Amino acid sequence: MQYAISILLSGISLGGQYALIAIGYTLVYGILRLINFAHGDVFMVAGLLMVYLTSFLGGILPPAAVIPAGLLLAVVLTVVLGFVIERAAYKPLRTAPRMSVMISAIGVSYLLQNLATYATGGLPQMYPEVPGISSTVTILGVPTKVVTVVTPILVVVLVAALTQLINHTKVGMAMRAAAKDFETAQLMGIRINAVISATFVIGSFLAAVGSVLYFTNYPSIVPLSGSLPGLRAFVAAVFGGIGSIPGAVVGAFIIGISESVIKGSSWSIFSDAFTFALLIVILVAKPTGLFGEKVTDKV
Amino acid sequence: MSETVLKVENITMQFGGVVAVDNLNLEVNRGEIVALIGPNGAGKTTAFNVITGVYQPTNGAVWFQGEKIVENHPQGKMKALYKGEHAGEYTAVLAPTPDRVTRLGMARTFQNIRLWKSQTVFDNVLIAKHCRSTSNVFSASFRLNRKEETRQRENVEELLETVGLADVKNELATSLPYGKQRRLEIARALAAEPKLLLLDEPAAGMNPQETEELTAFIGEIRDRFQLTVFLIEHHMNLVMNISQRIYVLDFGRLIAHGTPAEIQNNKRVIDAYLGVSEDA
Amino acid sequence: MEKTNKKRLWITLLCAGALLILVTLLENVLDPSKNVMLFISLKKGAVYALVAVSMNLLNGFTGLFSLGQAGFMLLGAYTYAILTIPADQRDAVYYIYNGSAINFSLPELLGGGPVGLVLGVLLALVLGGCVAAAVAWLIGLPVLRLKSDYLAIATLGFGEIIRAVFQWDKLGPVTNGANALKNFPTFSSFNIQGGLRLSTCVAFLLAGICIAVILLLINSTYGRAFKAIRDDEVAAEAMGINLARHKRLSFCISSFFAGVGGGLFAMLVNQAQAKTFTTAMTYEILLIVVIGGIGSVSGSCIAAFLYVAASEWWLRFLDTETYIGGFKVPLLRNGFRMVVFSVIIMIVVLFFRRGIMGDRELPDLLAGLSGKTRRKEAAGK
Repeated sequence: MQYAISILLSGISLGGQYALIAIGYTLVYGILRLINFAHGDVFMVAGLLMVYLTSFLGGILPPAAVIPAGLLLAVVLTVVLGFVIERAAYKPLRTAPRMSVMISAIGVSYLLQNLATYATGGLPQMYPEVPGISSTVTILGVPTKVVTVVTPILVVVLVAALTQLINHTKVGMAMRAAAKDFETAQLMGIRINAVISATFVIGSFLAAVGSVLYFTNYPSIVPLSGSLPGLRAFVAAVFGGIGSIPGAVVGAFIIGISESVIKGSSWSIFSDAFTFALLIVILVAKPTGLFGEKVTDKV
Repeated sequence: MSETVLKVENITMQFGGVVAVDNLNLEVNRGEIVALIGPNGAGKTTAFNVITGVYQPTNGAVWFQGEKIVENHPQGKMKALYKGEHAGEYTAVLAPTPDRVTRLGMARTFQNIRLWKSQTVFDNVLIAKHCRSTSNVFSASFRLNRKEETRQRENVEELLETVGLADVKNELATSLPYGKQRRLEIARALAAEPKLLLLDEPAAGMNPQETEELTAFIGEIRDRFQLTVFLIEHHMNLVMNISQRIYVLDFGRLIAHGTPAEIQNNKRVIDAYLGVSEDA
Repeated sequence: MEKTNKKRLWITLLCAGALLILVTLLENVLDPSKNVMLFISLKKGAVYALVAVSMNLLNGFTGLFSLGQAGFMLLGAYTYAILTIPADQRDAVYYIYNGSAINFSLPELLGGGPVGLVLGVLLALVLGGCVAAAVAWLIGLPVLRLKSDYLAIATLGFGEIIRAVFQWDKLGPVTNGANALKNFPTFSSFNIQGGLRLSTCVAFLLAGICIAVILLLINSTYGRAFKAIRDDEVAAEAMGINLARHKRLSFCISSFFAGVGGGLFAMLVNQAQAKTFTTAMTYEILLIVVIGGIGSVSGSCIAAFLYVAASEWWLRFLDTETYIGGFKVPLLRNGFRMVVFSVIIMIVVLFFRRGIMGDRELPDLLAGLSGKTRRKEAAGK
């Protein structure tokens, strides 16, 4: 029983972290119809930034201020990174075939991974302890890290805020319009580049927050740390119906919990295989996912 | 001579709650040129798409050369939504893919030209011959089908000669002027060796001179290849000059049918085209 | 038309033959132990050229964006390895699982000696391709119905699944679990003791034959149908091309050659291990295709050699700390090579989107030069 609870708890926590990444995928896909392969690596870079910033700031700031300042800076820099990636690698290809943009995304992912390998020398980097969420608490008789509890709460808060943003602000309205019909939105005077940048900024912000929660659970971080969580989060986004935020969140929790359950069983080697098998089944049976809208092609 | 080539029987095409084609019935006989006309949005292209297998109709059947090729009846969610007639009459489901329909002997052109952009004029026509080749991937790769390949190439040369595109055969298809692209699309359809040629607005975007040439051209190829032609068109000149019979569609329903002379004097047709106030 | 085709065929064959002789000469004149990088680059380039061309067949010529290449290579590599490890080596290779479940080896079964080696290796490579093609057929049934990027992600997922399956403990007696399969015949096995060194020649010959077959396919009526599907699916279907059948065909053939390429890759690196066939490998091959030009076979080949030579050989110096006099050259350190590399790739992707060759082939380029002058003359009239 205790075992089951601990598995469930870690699944929920994992799911929350995936949800934060998955939203980035789903927002970008909704507007650009692009699988942003680099998103998982942005998530990894956010983690590395945290490592380097805290060690750098440790030399110049009082110990109590190091983590908050590092956290803030890491999030800001990640957002800048997301913005720059879009401007440099995706914007020039706006009119190019979809395959080109996707290849560009793969190129960016490759670049970020190689940069990270260069910076770290290929060695795993210790993730700093974030006070408050790294400590241990006991829930229902199961010892776990505070982050396990914080994650779902934070996810709910952030998603609520995001939904408000999308449904009740001008930017949000522009984003919805662009997602419905890119060209018409442009013709209606929506500054499409600003909207797309906003999307990347939001996505990167959530990925940065997600990375803090995610890497707190792991002792160290390597340049490839982002690619698998990124792929799983993408699967979650597809599962929920790409373009739909509630879909991405629900999908992420399902993926997170099933991963945790499988990892806890004797089939642990198949946890990723299961995720992808699920993806293929969904794509084939219901390509638009749980909450996706149906699209028809015109002849 | 009056053998029926194409028979559309009680076809209804409903998208959700919208009825695009409502209980359409028509027949095209061998050797005829028949036109389907109607205002924009009347459901002409939808009818075409049903006949060629692109859409599966909600209800009804299509017969081609005496064989039933398409059949459907309202199923699933459609059962409750269905607004058309003849709901209970059909029970089977026959849904061939468009390529199958083409191989049966029906080839079409598109309203917005859809040539293969990166291919030359010659290759565009040659590719359409692919569906008639008997080689498998192995024999084709290792050139065991050389005879067939040579024959197909000769056929294509001949065909291009006939349609007057022989001089541009090595140009990229998209580099041709608009009128020639239309002609090339027809040549491509002919290469698939059809019995029935379906033309979706062949004169769209053409000037009067080009339209006139096209009118003559359609008649020519009909005689030369012993075709039956079924076309959708907006240009009344072309339609009236060329077709033996005309069907008129409005809001998805057939409102008239007859010879060009009859259609020209039909009050309902004139109303549909010129518009009429509701209480008139 | 026919005549120029025949001429092109002869030119291509002649070039290929000359290349083969050149490579064999090189290997026997130069001392391989002193030019390690050259010969590794050549062999790896040949293998990657084949895999890149097979991916191009799918992505460039049929317009199906698939990212499953590494998975199919894995299937080919394992099939090849499992079928060719000599029987007396099996206990050593499978020591964790107390020996192998399969206790024969094709080269030995076919009589051993040089003849058995050649036949056994060939048969194992072909069977590797067949396994990959059969699996492709199976997963193609559901997956090929998906549209562009969904297909990409589904095939990517397939690669991950395959990798997990082959590392599974329960299959250990066959796949050796997560451990490497080794001791099977490699390219070096074709060097004649005290005589001709043929390892590079064999790599080129095998990859060359496969690429030639793909070229023949692309220029056949089926290849033209593939291009029609790439250019406009709706028109292709309306012109009688069965989409499902042709997509499946292209997918299976591409996977077949990826499987053969995987077998060759195993011969190249002297081992087969599931963890080498990662998504990163697929990306690498995709980038070769992009650099060479999507839809150009010769582009893929040229790019494969350039890519491999640059990453394995020419840019190696970027990874070692260098001092000129007392001055330490900045930035140079382990990992810098790959950074430079990915920057180059991004530049190609962003600014030279058509790659080296665009969708043209080498003979086109040569013919184009003379064609231009001809057109000028015509215009002059």
